Amino acid sequence: MSKQTVLYEKHQAMGARLVPFGGWDMPLHYGSQLDEHHQVRRDAGMFDVSHMTVVDLKGGGAKSYLRYLLANDVARLKESGKALYSCMLNEQGGVVDDLIVYYLNDEWYRMVVNAGTTEKDLAWLDRMSTEYDVTITPRHDLAMIAVQGPNARAKALPLLSANLQQTGAELKPFNAVADGEWFVARTGYTGEDGFEIMLPGERAAHFWQQLNDVGVAPCGLGARDTLRLEAGMNLYGSDMDEETSPLEAGLGWTVAWEPEARNFVGRPVLERQRKDPQKKRFVGLVLTGRGVLRNHLKLFDGQQAIGEITSGGFAPTLERSIALARVEPDIGGTCEVEIRGKRVAAQVVKPPFARNGKATITL
Amino acid sequence: MSNTPTDRRYAKSHEWLKDEGDGSFTIGITDHAQGLLGDLVFVDLPEVGTAVEAGNDCAVVESVKAASDVYSPVTGEVIAVNEALDGAPETINDDAFGNGWMFKVKVADAGESDSLLDAAGYDALIAEEE
Repeated sequence: MSKQTVLYEKHQAMGARLVPFGGWDMPLHYGSQLDEHHQVRRDAGMFDVSHMTVVDLKGGGAKSYLRYLLANDVARLKESGKALYSCMLNEQGGVVDDLIVYYLNDEWYRMVVNAGTTEKDLAWLDRMSTEYDVTITPRHDLAMIAVQGPNARAKALPLLSANLQQTGAELKPFNAVADGEWFVARTGYTGEDGFEIMLPGERAAHFWQQLNDVGVAPCGLGARDTLRLEAGMNLYGSDMDEETSPLEAGLGWTVAWEPEARNFVGRPVLERQRKDPQKKRFVGLVLTGRGVLRNHLKLFDGQQAIGEITSGGFAPTLERSIALARVEPDIGGTCEVEIRGKRVAAQVVKPPFARNGKATITL
Repeated sequence: MSNTPTDRRYAKSHEWLKDEGDGSFTIGITDHAQGLLGDLVFVDLPEVGTAVEAGNDCAVVESVKAASDVYSPVTGEVIAVNEALDGAPETINDDAFGNGWMFKVKVADAGESDSLLDAAGYDALIAEEE
């Protein structure tokens, strides 16, 4: 039996096609996934992301705990509200989950983890915490709405409290501000400007309706996936998982190697892998031939198998098919993809493919 | 009220088949099928001259979400394909029973389509699936 977010009835009323996702019934689209995608690139759209889990980490040991738990270093966070993207690794250097952690003060951090991984994440957080003075509280009472697009902030701000209207307007990218139980972050998963807004669950349906009334279009998981793929952002479970190191998922930039003395879970394995010239690369692909790139399609250079697509699909902004792929280190500028037994040509590129309404690669 | 045209027949795999009266049939996917697939972004059609067999896959439609095989409801030879779909696969979303037609097959046995569903039978099938 799938769970439902507090916005479930809103989704039904707005004509969503609801599908099971990560243990939840979530909107796939409200009519046209392509229209929703364009709406976010060109104007403003909103996503119910209440299925993701907000976790508060409080206590005198919160900072040292997170410095041990995460591959990125929360000591980099010095201003209240600053956000950091990080992987949480297992002892083999595989990714337990990817997450955003916000610094509120030295005794309060807040993280947001994926829906489908919540249970194992909470167990892992608990297991790693035994030596630390930290209280871990999943905030199932909070809903979360992502408002994304070039006009997203302008449309959302007037609906917030007087206090948040001011502090929210001044937020720099990748920063957040709290006001009571409301929490506004200038973050997202689309490659567009916007907010991710946490709020008390009982307020969510009204706020969703208010956003809709000012022209923020409801958007589903379908558009969320094509937007994040164009933005070159990884999807947990597709692009990386417990068997994959961040160094083979294009996430080396999220691993804080300095200071060398900081021991974090998985570090010894990553240190060895870092020096391995055979480790796989993570690249973008643009299909130059006909078809659509899909997850798990195999890549070739002549007869040589050179990798696999980890997420692929159609990119509405580019009107091409694109993909993220894990490949052998010596891949050239082009390769072939096997689609239904046929070889189709693809170009190797560096993601992102599109951000802020425009293509970021030249074809 | 059903919008399933009564001038043609239907396969359980959601293709429609229209008798052109000259030993050929026009084939496409139903409006119900395009609705399930979502926005279509790519169509792979068979080549003219290809021999197709009833029940075998001979074309592919890909939506933003997934790829789906299209099966020929009859046995015969492909004599025409809707090349306009190549640049505009969304035509199937907009007009699955009309401009969104996919290919035409010349059949050896025109009676073959009699075993397929009529509009009422197809509507009953959809109702059952839902």
